[in-house]
Amino acid sequence: MNGEPSTALPRTGGLSPRRRRQISRLVQYVLLVAIVVVVALLADWAAIQRSFLNLDVAREGLPELFTVALRNTVIYTACGYAVGFVLGLGLALMRLSPVGPYRWIATVYIEVFRGLPALVIFLMIGSLPLAFPDLVFPFGVYGMATAGLGLVSAAYMAESFRAGVQAVPKGQMEAARSLGMPHMRAMTSIILPQAIRIVIPPLTNELVLLLKDSSLVLFFGVTSGQVELAKFGNDQASTFANPTPIVATGLVYLLLTIPLGYLARRLEARKGGHRP
Amino acid sequence: MSSVEIRNLRKSFGTLEVLRGIDLTVDAGQVVCVIGPSGSGKSTLLRCVNLLEQPTSGQVFVDGVELTDPDVDIDAARRRLGMVFQQFNLFPHLTVLRNVTIAQQRVLGRGRAEAERIAREDLERVGLADKAGAYPGQLSGGQQQRVAIARALAMNPSLMLFDEPTSALDPELVGDVLTVMRKLAEDGMTMLVVTHEMAFAREVADRVVFMDQGVIVEEGPPGQVIGSPRQERTQTFLRRVLNPTHVD
Repeated sequence: MNGEPSTALPRTGGLSPRRRRQISRLVQYVLLVAIVVVVALLADWAAIQRSFLNLDVAREGLPELFTVALRNTVIYTACGYAVGFVLGLGLALMRLSPVGPYRWIATVYIEVFRGLPALVIFLMIGSLPLAFPDLVFPFGVYGMATAGLGLVSAAYMAESFRAGVQAVPKGQMEAARSLGMPHMRAMTSIILPQAIRIVIPPLTNELVLLLKDSSLVLFFGVTSGQVELAKFGNDQASTFANPTPIVATGLVYLLLTIPLGYLARRLEARKGGHRP
Repeated sequence: MSSVEIRNLRKSFGTLEVLRGIDLTVDAGQVVCVIGPSGSGKSTLLRCVNLLEQPTSGQVFVDGVELTDPDVDIDAARRRLGMVFQQFNLFPHLTVLRNVTIAQQRVLGRGRAEAERIAREDLERVGLADKAGAYPGQLSGGQQQRVAIARALAMNPSLMLFDEPTSALDPELVGDVLTVMRKLAEDGMTMLVVTHEMAFAREVADRVVFMDQGVIVEEGPPGQVIGSPRQERTQTFLRRVLNPTHVD
């Protein structure tokens, strides 16, 4: 430097920009420490431990937290996801169909089921027996949960599949057709395998969302053998008049959702890279 | 015996008439090269022959079968035609071998062993037998285009269509693809080739067709069309192509 103050960067208050950043950062740290200290001093740690992290109460939920609640959550989610996958794929193909009515039906379905809260759809399914007293869902609550979760996730997955199909270059369809493949054959043999690879990250995210939505099954009124995580935690909390089981339930959810979310981001990052 | 016959073919995109009445015949065993400036309708003509584009009017016959007949099974008819694209369009999620076998199995109903045997023969033909297990993304552009040729050959087409097969390639990779095409021509394959490679057209083609603005301006033996063109438009085009630095 030649000692001449820069005319391009006007100085204020005699402080260099770097010095100002340092001070600003220091203030932020001090503020953070102050808040942590105040919270730590004001909080009733004994009460918190007793209510939310009560090991005696948590132990009461074992092993059912895993053997019943987690198991059912996984079953509801997996069955709903399977139905959503197949239905969503069908809806995506309808949405891309040259036949107008197929497109309209798929569009209406997707708009309706994405526009409604999942809870409303579950309440509708739960109230179907009011309208049709003879209606019996196969597999009872499992069937209802599969239907509810499947119908909701199908709408989201359909949009993912559609985006995936449209992301496959047009030349792929032309190459397949020029080899004599009929349109549907080209779609299933050439386009969809590529489209599904493209949409694996969003489909993994959908699995995370569905896992959380499976908690809505509690609105069907389930027996003790059918409870999933959220209902199980809530019931236990009532029984022991202590919210620790809800915390435990939350931890089990995170045990599933965080790795899945991480996996989805990994797959997303890998996208575009070369695959062997 | 004529392999392809195109009669008064017209194609419009909206109000833009890209092909304005094309008549063209390719006899069995012949190589016809179509040259012309970009936007002249050459690629559209080729894409109309296998109905990747639906002609607005006119007729296309392949081996006496009218492809433009609405009652014809277009998927069955396309099996007689091999198509090679400018951008290769290999299936990136499948190995080279699978690229060449999938349509044999799914369209012609060949068994896996037979399809693989034929695929290996055709890969040998294009000089890539050792790449059977590779994925398209691991190959150079020239290699990918040769796989695309093998993929089309495996269907036993009676006619091969080439849509600017070397235009997307780095200059040093063009030669290998042209060598494969030259060999195909020597083996008696009927070929309709849209190309900018004048040397190739001159050497390999039985006839050269010069197109401009949706019509055939001039056609004949390569020595005549490229060597001593009669039409002024052909002369202008060739001056530009053969002597790119020349300003007129």
